[in-house]
Amino acid sequence: MLTQAEANVENGPDTGNGVIISTRDVNVYYGDNHALQGVSLDINKHQVTSLIGPSGCGKSTYLRCLNRMNDTVDSCRVTGEILLDGVDIYGPSVDEVLLRARVGMVFQKPNPFPKSIYDNVAYGPRIHGLADNKDDLDEMVLTSLEKAGLIKEVQDRLHSSGTGLSGGQQQRLCIARALAVRPDIILMDEPCSALDPIATAKVEELIDELKENYTIIIVTHSMQQAARISQRTAFFHLGEIVETGDTEKLFTSPSDKRTQGYITGRFG
Amino acid sequence: MNSGHIVKSFDEELEEVRNTIVEMGGLAETQLEAAVRSLTERNTELALKTIEGDKAVDELELAIDNMSIRLLALRNPVADDLRLVISALKIASLLERVADYAANISKRVIALNTAPTIAPISSIPRMGEMVRRMIDDTLKAYTNGDSDLAYDVWKRDQDVDQLYNSMFRELLTFMMEDPRSITSCTHLIFMAKNIERIGDHMTNIAEIIIYQVTGEMPKEPRPKGDKTSVTMIDNETP
Amino acid sequence: MTDQVQEAAGNGWQSEKFIKNLAKRKRAERRFRLTGLLAILTALTLLGILLFSIVSKGHSAFIQTTITLDITFAESVIDPNGNRDAAELRGANYAKLVQDALREKFPDVKGRRDLRKLFSLISNDADSALREMVENDPDLIGKTVPVALVAGDDVDMLKKGYIDRSLAEDDRRVKDQELAWLDVLEAEGDIETRFNSGFFTNGDSREPEKAGIAGAMVGSFYTLIVTMLISFPIGVMTAIYLEEFATKNKLTDLIEVNINNLAAVPSIVFGLLGLAIFLNFAHLPRSAPIVGGLTLALMTLPTIIIAARAAIRAVPDSIRQAALGLGASNQQAAFHHILPLSMPGILTGTIIGLSQALGETAPLLMIGMVAFIADIPGGFSDPATVMPVQIFLWADSPERAFVEKTSGAIMVLLGFLIIMNAFAIVLRKKFERRW
Repeated sequence: MLTQAEANVENGPDTGNGVIISTRDVNVYYGDNHALQGVSLDINKHQVTSLIGPSGCGKSTYLRCLNRMNDTVDSCRVTGEILLDGVDIYGPSVDEVLLRARVGMVFQKPNPFPKSIYDNVAYGPRIHGLADNKDDLDEMVLTSLEKAGLIKEVQDRLHSSGTGLSGGQQQRLCIARALAVRPDIILMDEPCSALDPIATAKVEELIDELKENYTIIIVTHSMQQAARISQRTAFFHLGEIVETGDTEKLFTSPSDKRTQGYITGRFG
Repeated sequence: MNSGHIVKSFDEELEEVRNTIVEMGGLAETQLEAAVRSLTERNTELALKTIEGDKAVDELELAIDNMSIRLLALRNPVADDLRLVISALKIASLLERVADYAANISKRVIALNTAPTIAPISSIPRMGEMVRRMIDDTLKAYTNGDSDLAYDVWKRDQDVDQLYNSMFRELLTFMMEDPRSITSCTHLIFMAKNIERIGDHMTNIAEIIIYQVTGEMPKEPRPKGDKTSVTMIDNETP
Repeated sequence: MTDQVQEAAGNGWQSEKFIKNLAKRKRAERRFRLTGLLAILTALTLLGILLFSIVSKGHSAFIQTTITLDITFAESVIDPNGNRDAAELRGANYAKLVQDALREKFPDVKGRRDLRKLFSLISNDADSALREMVENDPDLIGKTVPVALVAGDDVDMLKKGYIDRSLAEDDRRVKDQELAWLDVLEAEGDIETRFNSGFFTNGDSREPEKAGIAGAMVGSFYTLIVTMLISFPIGVMTAIYLEEFATKNKLTDLIEVNINNLAAVPSIVFGLLGLAIFLNFAHLPRSAPIVGGLTLALMTLPTIIIAARAAIRAVPDSIRQAALGLGASNQQAAFHHILPLSMPGILTGTIIGLSQALGETAPLLMIGMVAFIADIPGGFSDPATVMPVQIFLWADSPERAFVEKTSGAIMVLLGFLIIMNAFAIVLRKKFERRW
């Protein structure tokens, strides 16, 4: 385990952007199942990092450690160190509710609340008390929708139901909803797996724009997607990180045989 | 190499590209060998046949181009698969050049055959054989994914260059001694240059093979032995 | 390729074996469908027979026979002192007015026994109707007015055809003499049938023509209110806690198993429990809706908990995760999203649980709600009975006229159950969501 941790630190990120999340030797257990085994990975600020790997390799588990969504699973136990800006997020000083506001999440299936588009986006600011008055809230909702590239499509029907939108629009609504609580980091768990190619392209374009201001970590099953949108890629296999590196390098000449086998479609 | 792809037809298509490259390489090698033989045997007929044979190589190049484009469009290859396809495209175009040089040699053979034999011909076959072996080894390296062998070929180009240098000097001296042989000697110089270029291309292909296999280009600078571009015969210099 | 085609023709989907097999499968399917259809038909027939027998027996409970007599509101009987004192007016002998009117109508009838028979044509409750008339309008005193009086139950039964005139006199409840009087009245057009509004406004009575289900309805209403107020909040909170907050371990598993078992416990056991806790231990009033409601709440709780848990579980996890992912606390996720979204399902389950409670008899027998109570209850602690118990009581009564009352009450109860279930269906349809 240690050697692997060292290896990852060694071929760690270029420090141009600075590291925002640093994980060291993270282990996750679901009951007796050792789902993540000594994962060490650094995430650069304002970059898109993609996590790839076959189903059940632990990439989603890893993602859910970063905003402590795993806490909702009773049998889940996390060990190791996950530092967000140098603070251990599993430490006693960190409240998971506030952490989740800072580390937003977008899920595989678009999951807007069955409420109006406005209420969907306004929910986060409301529960966190971010807006002082109604105008403030309106402003926040509109800005978030604009950042999510959805404003043109929905500005005439802000008060109609969010579930009435198309799949791609719903997913961008979910992104807008996450943006509304002003996160630093956005975790995306296969955000395009339920979308058609055009909607996927729009979400990818959005991710590309968002990386100017946000750090994005995306789990994807589409290697092309990882290659298209991310600057760095980590390949997970059987609960371990096999290889981490610049996306370009990983997809042209991966250094590990398993990575090569996976991305070229030789095993999975 | 890893075990095969989950999609077997992908494997078959890649294999076809690889086989076509090897076939094309074999053909180019034969072309060179025939061109050189037509020179030593003063065989105009063989030379004509060799010129004719260039078309087959061109067709194979086209076939490889088409297969590669198809693979890129439909299979979205990555990593070593991507390197294989890109390499195939490049190697095909280089091999096509090799065959062109062979054809060019044959053309010159036809011209030479109209003149009397001159002495220095003998070093051309030596060079030809050397380069032919380079082609052979390159193809072996390609087939087996053997980067060591490719690296060996890559270094061997220096020898060809040295042989070319000495031959260049020899021919220059020969021409100075016997101005009647200038035409023939010029042809011979061009032939030698062609063969030397083929050797250069083999170096390129070897580099491509190294890249394809390891994902990295050779780090050290390419060995350069061709000094003819700066060569002057002593008595010409003031 | 060609080999395969030939093989398919000889051995594949066109071979005799295959076609035979196909025919067999199709036959099996037809048989299965027929069986299903038959089962449904049988069920429908049985239901139809049940409904028919209830309606055919019970419809006449909503109709009442009246006899119109010219009543002379004699001042000498009602207000001998002539001071129109309210207490005096109430205490007057109104029955005598009816008797006088009958005597006048049939002057030939003499002798105590015959007279008593004559007087029994009219319900002995008729005096209260007259009293009410006089109290509302004291000017009636001294006047003679035709009044439609409720007939006695035997006359009612005869009029509705439940008593066969062709039987021998000894086997008949209505004797020849009475028949003769009735024929006279009938000939003069004094006997009428009209809608029995008293059935819905009166409390229980020993006199069938006077008995109504208002008391039972009000009792049921109070009881259900108590049941709902107790079981709905407790049930929903239990379900939310178990689904959203409790960690899954041996203890919660045990609780879950026990809740499911409770739903299957015979209702009489809950009655015994109610008797032991609410009456013997807590000394709450016997026969009161509050005790009935509490007991039924015990019985309804598991149903509501199970329905609510199912409804909560039906809310997709993605909604929960969306809320948590935005930084909502567990409680916010549960009360902002999960509960509102599962409410239609919870309400449906609650209504079904309550309608079950509405139809429940056995536990109420144990806590004394089976007593004869003539008054309409005015509160949660008044003695009361409920509709199914009323049905049970009437079904036990000997008078012929209570048969139709029983079926009539069943119809009313069924009506309420249908309305409640229809409401549940409407709720479900209206708020049904696709995710």
